[in-house]
Amino acid sequence: MKIIVNSIAHNVMESNIHTILIELNYGKARVATALNGEFVTQEMRINTLLNEGDRLEILAPMQGG
Amino acid sequence: MLDFYGKKLTSRLFLGTAQYPSPTILEDAVKTSGAQVVTVSLRRESGEAKSGQTFWNMISDLGVHVLPNTAGCHTVKEAVTTAHMAREVFGTKWLKLEVISDNDTLCPDVLSLVEAARILVEDDFEVFPYTTEDLSIAGRLLDAGCKVLMPWGAPIGTGLGLNNIYGLKTMRAHFADVPLIIDAGLGLPSHAAHAAELGFDSVLVNTAIAKAGNPVAMAKAFSIAIEAGVMARTADPMEPRDMANPSTPVLGMASFT
Repeated sequence: MKIIVNSIAHNVMESNIHTILIELNYGKARVATALNGEFVTQEMRINTLLNEGDRLEILAPMQGG
Repeated sequence: MLDFYGKKLTSRLFLGTAQYPSPTILEDAVKTSGAQVVTVSLRRESGEAKSGQTFWNMISDLGVHVLPNTAGCHTVKEAVTTAHMAREVFGTKWLKLEVISDNDTLCPDVLSLVEAARILVEDDFEVFPYTTEDLSIAGRLLDAGCKVLMPWGAPIGTGLGLNNIYGLKTMRAHFADVPLIIDAGLGLPSHAAHAAELGFDSVLVNTAIAKAGNPVAMAKAFSIAIEAGVMARTADPMEPRDMANPSTPVLGMASFT
């Protein structure tokens, strides 16, 4: 399935956010996710299925002012 | 002692964490200045590099409060979504709320700011809104439930200092009991001292420290300057006057004519 992760196209085997994070090597990284512009909590990732063309944002702590 | 949403602080310096020459210098700047709050952000993470994890581990080890921001957000939806993501990642209800109107001035979009603040306060966030010195907007932010305000000194990253002294003095006087933090635009420790002399509780500084030739020394200088400003204010400064007034007694002056 082709999805867009942080504006880059990816072909993924898995269909929910939890397993996609594992497939894309995020492991246990401290990240937050949003699907098609909507925040998806950590608890909801495993139940949130993706469809072809969906846009997934994966954000992490970064320096800021 | 300073109190922001029930958290007691002794340091008046909030430090931004961006643009430092290295993580070690950032770490040293935080430790040397005694800052107890650092601002952080969220950005896209790569599953390969995971650079955000390294940064987070370093910040966690410092044992300071983190104040996540919504930097770069231009709409209420962007800011609210980013806020929710930040709360989950950083595990804090604190949020430095930024809703920016245009990229040249990075001026707050104050109408969207008020709307976003209202939404987030209702959702149990503790909001630090980055705003202007506009009194009516400040009032709306307080009505929305904000218990701290962060007026700008000057546009972000300019180093111009306090651009509107009259407006800031008026804001301080009008909201005498509200914690006020000068956020953005400071370039020198003297600007921070001036803010403290005007009665502002704290300052948030990033670029002026991170881009200094010696960021660690500059962080310490800002820290000292704020304390000097507070001490000066409590020491009841003299009233300025237009005409000169000799400090050395005139009485007893010798005559050489």
